[in-house]
Order: sequence, then structure tokens, then C-alpha cells
Amino acid sequence: MTKVTMKVNGRKVGADVPDQTLLSEFLRENLRLTGTHVGCDTSQCGACAVHVNGKVVKACTALAVSLEGAEVTTIEGVANGELHPMQVAFNDNHGLQCGFCTPGMIMAGIDMVNRYREEGRELDAAAIRHELEGNICRCTGYHNIVKSIQDAAAKM
Amino acid sequence: MYETRYHKPATIDDAAALLSGNDEAMLLAGGQTLLPTMKQHLAAPGDLVDIRGIDGMAGIRAEGDTLVIGAATTHADVARSDAVRKHCPALAELAEGIGDAAVRNMGTIGGSLANNDPSACYPAALLALGGTVVTNTREITADDFFEGLFTTALDEGEIITAVRFPAVKKAAYAKFAQPASRFALVAVFVADGPGGVRVAVTGAGEDGVFRHEGLEAALSGDWSAAALDDVEISEDGLMSDFHGSADYRANLIRAMAKRAAEAASAR
Repeated sequence: MTKVTMKVNGRKVGADVPDQTLLSEFLRENLRLTGTHVGCDTSQCGACAVHVNGKVVKACTALAVSLEGAEVTTIEGVANGELHPMQVAFNDNHGLQCGFCTPGMIMAGIDMVNRYREEGRELDAAAIRHELEGNICRCTGYHNIVKSIQDAAAKM
Repeated sequence: MYETRYHKPATIDDAAALLSGNDEAMLLAGGQTLLPTMKQHLAAPGDLVDIRGIDGMAGIRAEGDTLVIGAATTHADVARSDAVRKHCPALAELAEGIGDAAVRNMGTIGGSLANNDPSACYPAALLALGGTVVTNTREITADDFFEGLFTTALDEGEIITAVRFPAVKKAAYAKFAQPASRFALVAVFVADGPGGVRVAVTGAGEDGVFRHEGLEAALSGDWSAAALDDVEISEDGLMSDFHGSADYRANLIRAMAKRAAEAASAR
């Protein structure tokens, strides 16, 4: 067991956890932040995507204890009084079917918009499809997910 | 996952001491291969020694014409680095094509090389560019580093600290990605550098990454895609699995080598 402390959605949190605890388990089971979904056991689906120190990572493929002092943002932390433009865009464009992959899609979407803007690159539909290779929608509803991210990119 | 003990040493000596005499210990860098392997119960290290807390393990710098990349540098940082883009754009492009954005934010160059997955991208770059692996005890040239599937010249407890790449006249990497994993089904790295023309193939060999002498000879005489049309590419020693047969992979080696040769010329 190791004591780990981090800042999750702006709030200081800490717990004694077994060393093998994944960040996804820490978020879901210790903090009860169950918006971070676990949709595979192979680190491929991206449903667990969160931001660690401002960068998207797969919470199922990082040890909680390795992130001592980190700043973590989960899907529960992106709305600030009102929904984040990416959340609004997913709503407006029907960017979800069953919704299981949606938290990861939104976290990946915010990251890609920010990253492309920072690098001065254009995030067109082809780039979004390429960037989504780490996020699987098992309903195969990609068309509206791409539209949602494009819409949000224009409003963020 | 099975139980494990996590350590985050602050110095390379502390890391080496934790590994010393402990068969159950494994190094952890980005963890993008090791942690999924542990989740599948295919690895169960009793101790994990995380090298990311060690000063100087991450970072990229140019030493004259040589590019030095710290072992714990992420793929995302290599892809974005101005120094890498200037000295060896092919290497930045290779890093940009590994896995997906989230994996690239965690996975490291040292971890990829130490693991020596037969379908990983970085082994092809190291071998074609004629790079050098720097460890806590010595330096190992690319030609001496890879020893077969998931096997390298690294001794028990030896820690990669950095990787050096010499300047090359031209280079490019062409990958035919396995669409689910984004690992190379077959990929080819071509480079014209201080050691002459070197062509490294990953994703195809039963023993992992290898150099292809026929392709190297052809490009040495005439650096063009057309020069590779008649090179003999044997199926012997190539992987054959449900992703692709040996003859399919042999054909992909030629196709990727041609693409890479063209891309290097067009730069």
C-alpha cells in the first residue's frame, strides 16, 4: 500500500492504495468518479481517457501511485457551471448512441482541439478520424462523433 | 493485476540497486506495454522500478550533429521536438505514428527499444540510423543491440539512459500499420548516413527487426524506388500469421521500402 495524493478536477484527494491500482480504478472505486469508463482490458478502447497534467492519457494504463502530485481532469471536471462546448456539441450533433465511449471521446476531443490549435494545424474531418484511432465506439457511430468534434472545435 | 511493489528512485544508482539481485523486479517507464501485459497476467513483476523520477532521463538535445534523446522521453515529445524535426524529420514522423495520442503521451523510446517487440517502430529507426544505446554501464551500437524476439543485449538490471542518433543525409520511414493495434504489419526505415545506406525492416522478421542487404545494395547504387523493383526479397525467416502470410509480408517489404525511398528523396 502506498499513500497517493493528487488533484482531481481541482480538488485535492488522497488515499492509501495497493501499488498495482490503476488510475481508472482509483478514480472509479476510491473517488467514485464513475464517468471514467473501462471498456476493454487491452488499453485499446479509450473509454477511460482522462487528462493528466493537461495531456490525454488512458487511465487504465497508468498506475495511480506513479501519479503522485499530478493534476487530473475527468469527464466530471470539464463542465464549469455550464456544459463544456465539447459536451454541448456531442448533444447538438447526436454524437453518441449507447454513450459508453462518450466520456473518452470528449476527453480525447478536447485534447485534440487544444493540441492542433497550439501547433497551428487545421483539425479537419480527416485529421479527427485519424486522431480518434485510440477511441473505439462499439456502436460504430463515428460519423456524428466526428461532426461533434468539428462543431466544438469551431466554438472552443 | 497481481500484487506488486512500486518504487520511484531519484537516481540511476538507486534504480540499479533496486534491480540488483532481484529477479522479480522490472523497469517501468511509460508502461504502455508492460501494464497491459500485467493486466493480462502475462507478467507479474514483484517490484516495479519507475525510472521517470530520475533527473535527466527525459529530454532531447543536439550535441553537434548528434541527436541525444533521453530514455524516458515520450513519443509525443519526440514527435513535437524542433531538434528532432530539424536533425531527423523521419524520426519525428515515426514517433507521431506510434499507437494513438494517449499512448504517445506516456510511452517512451527507451521502453520501446528495451522491449524489442518484433512489430515496434523504434527498433527500425535505431538500426537504420546506426544509433547507439547508452546505458548506465556502457554504450551499445544498434548492430549489437537487437538479439531476437523481445531480446536485446541488455544485461539483467542494465538501464537504458539515452539513445544517440548520428546525423544522416536522408532518411524516411514507411509503415503499413496493422489497423487494430497500429503496430507495424511491415515497416521499413531507410537512411543514408555515416555508415552508408542502411535499410531496416520491422514487423516482418521471425527474429524481430533486421537489415536487408539487397535493398541496401540497390539504394547504394541508385537511390530510387525503381531500383528496388528487382531486388530479391526472400520469404525465409519472415513471420506468417493471421495478419499476413510470409509472401504477403515480403511484398510489403518492397512496397514500404519504395515508399520510404521516395519520401526520403522528396524531403
